Amino acid sequence: MDTRTPNLVWLQSGGCGGCTMSLLCSGANRLFDQLGDAGIRVLWHPTLSEQSGAEARALLEDCAEGRVPLDFLCIEGALLRGPNGSGRFHILSGSGKPMTEWVARLAARARHVLAIGSCAAWGGVVAASENPTQACGLQYDGEIPGGLLGAGWKGQGGLPVINVAGCPSHPDWISETLLALAQGQFTAQDLDALKRPRFFADHLVHHGCARNEFYEFKASAHKPSDLGCLMENLGCKGTQAHADCNLRPWNGNGSCTRGGFACISCTEPGFEEPGHPFHETPKLAGIPIGLPTDMPKAWFVALAALSKSATPKRVRDNAVADHQVVVPAVKKTGLK
Amino acid sequence: MTRIIVGPFNRVEGDLEVTLDVEEGVVTAARAGSPLYRGFEQILHGKHPLDALMFAPRVCGICSVSQSLAAARALADAMGLAAPANGRIASNLAHAVENLADHFTHFHLFFMPDFARAEYATRPWHARAAARFKALQGSAMAEAMPARTAFLTMLGTLAGKWPHTLSLQPGGSARALEASEKIRLHALLRDFRRHVETTLFNDTLETVAALDSVAALSRWTAEKPRGDFGLFLEIADDLALDTLGRGIDRFMSYGNYPQADGLLLPRGVWQGGLRALDEKAIAEDLSHAWMAGETRHPACGVTQPDDAKADGYTWCKAPRLAGLAVETGALARQVVAGHPLARDLIGKGGGSVKARVVARLLEITLILPHMEQWVRQIVPGEPFCTQGELPDKASGVGLVEAARGSLGHWLSVADGRIANYQIISPTTWNFSPRDGAGVPGPLEQALVGTPAGEGQVAVQHVVRSFDPCMVCTVH
Repeated sequence: MDTRTPNLVWLQSGGCGGCTMSLLCSGANRLFDQLGDAGIRVLWHPTLSEQSGAEARALLEDCAEGRVPLDFLCIEGALLRGPNGSGRFHILSGSGKPMTEWVARLAARARHVLAIGSCAAWGGVVAASENPTQACGLQYDGEIPGGLLGAGWKGQGGLPVINVAGCPSHPDWISETLLALAQGQFTAQDLDALKRPRFFADHLVHHGCARNEFYEFKASAHKPSDLGCLMENLGCKGTQAHADCNLRPWNGNGSCTRGGFACISCTEPGFEEPGHPFHETPKLAGIPIGLPTDMPKAWFVALAALSKSATPKRVRDNAVADHQVVVPAVKKTGLK
Repeated sequence: MTRIIVGPFNRVEGDLEVTLDVEEGVVTAARAGSPLYRGFEQILHGKHPLDALMFAPRVCGICSVSQSLAAARALADAMGLAAPANGRIASNLAHAVENLADHFTHFHLFFMPDFARAEYATRPWHARAAARFKALQGSAMAEAMPARTAFLTMLGTLAGKWPHTLSLQPGGSARALEASEKIRLHALLRDFRRHVETTLFNDTLETVAALDSVAALSRWTAEKPRGDFGLFLEIADDLALDTLGRGIDRFMSYGNYPQADGLLLPRGVWQGGLRALDEKAIAEDLSHAWMAGETRHPACGVTQPDDAKADGYTWCKAPRLAGLAVETGALARQVVAGHPLARDLIGKGGGSVKARVVARLLEITLILPHMEQWVRQIVPGEPFCTQGELPDKASGVGLVEAARGSLGHWLSVADGRIANYQIISPTTWNFSPRDGAGVPGPLEQALVGTPAGEGQVAVQHVVRSFDPCMVCTVH
């Protein structure tokens, strides 16, 4: 049996570093205690490690050549294949070699490869517009399987790239995926159709949204800071986006919809190019095009019309205000 | 002469490569290379102007709120909008949380671990530095990270999440606060104050903020142990960090934190004396960047990669103010604002490793008490966000001070779409390459004269004293 301590190498490719910053919001103390408990040793992380320059290059070279076994390879940021397929839009500094080449060499040796965030998973915001850097994900190019490593790629541990998507990814999504892998409690069945860990991807952002009562009555916000539901007018995709953001809050008690703005479905491939301005809901004949997942359109339209006609004044008025202007009534007879 | 290439240069945000020409153990010339290009300015071309609010924060995961705010201000400028008092205060709070958290992160995670390195094993302070700051292991990190996490929960309340919020809007904040949330925010500020007063300073913020000279700082340090700041000052004295990394001593600040009656920290340029800052005098020189085009003001700037350019050695453009390189950051802000300790530090030794680090921690002591006041000034029930129409044709400028210094967004709108979007980030200024006249950027100049080679850590101190953010730099 292999009694070696599993190790982890983290590299930042064409991204913003925001997933690392998000990860550190889990409280690095607790995070490193957790990783330590699971027996994971951080071999190198660009934000955290002591080694720089030649020492760091030597360490990466040892892993790429198989002289040092590599258990977890975490890649943050999109893989930049441009210009003209050369990968020169991101040379790993000091090495003269494109980051894409380093990632491919290291991935071939790693037991598990994790795409940290939507850039590493799909290409993400860097792939928007004309995709000037030919950005892609590790195993996806937008929603098309392939990417840098190819659709059929599997790690030494038998799993494809694990897409811990999100922009940024939630700290717990990253740490819980790593811990489950380290404890041998993560198999191919734990991945959804887009290879995201199901423990967060089997939920919708809508689940637990604090604006739920406004949604029920289709009492909609019209402008930023309104309390109402953000789906009808302000571009919210929470009823379609796969993530547990309103069940597992961000930075204490936050989430996008709690922060006053729409879910832009940042865990989904292609979210960076929705085909409409992010702050507007695209509509056809006054009805939003993007309706809730799994719901027949006719039913939704009928229910919406009914619930709109039944909206209490309190909900209707509060929906277009930035604070409660009508509070719930206190019943004298007590709750039944 | 030997040439040393240092990279990957870690514990900076993003990827950095520094090329050093070394003679007799001392740097004679340095080149700062930004090896990553992502193309945000190209991506934004043709988008709906308000889409900038989604893309801008994603330029940078560590100064995300600053990027959001610069975009929101550029849009507000184009729309002729002014935020209501609540919106202005909530935005300032979100911005200050990020800025202070960045200073705090820089000190604990990026800068101090270098003093725990084996190269310093013979120094009298090494054992203490290693116990507190050894990378991934030090006790200071174990204390600091939960404190940082707790502090950043303010952004859960103020902005939904961090990084990458959309609550910062041209008209203010989309996140209206309730009375009970004011109480929570205030409590979080008090928690963070307690942490830094106990572990960093062993004194009150107000006492540290009132230190008005290098001599006063020395007297204060000699009184009793002064926490991790005291440890840094002891190391700085031993290694003469006040003479290391001497910069160009020309400092710029866009000013920060708008109040009802103007900016809390003023806008200006310092070069031996204070001058007004003329935004029109900013231009980006492309002579040594892998970029095609001529020197232009950012309002009409062009971003067109050209990786075959013979003189190019970085993706970073070279911004210049009236043709001159300037240093930006916490030290620049406090020098321009006239803080007596900051002015005395540069008066005695110019911009240095020590001065930059002191200014950052000084800024924590100066801004945190204001944040406590701002929370009290919020009036629940009053508006947080005004609305406006975006003209089909317009232009706007958003200037803010991120933790690392001056950040500007220049926006042009034509036919209701973004016709041009240009960003100049703090580290674009500080780590800019040579310009057409061959004049190196601020870091490149600060590295000249630094000991380099086997067993030398000084270059690392100089580079990290600027707290570079390389993802912002090229964007």
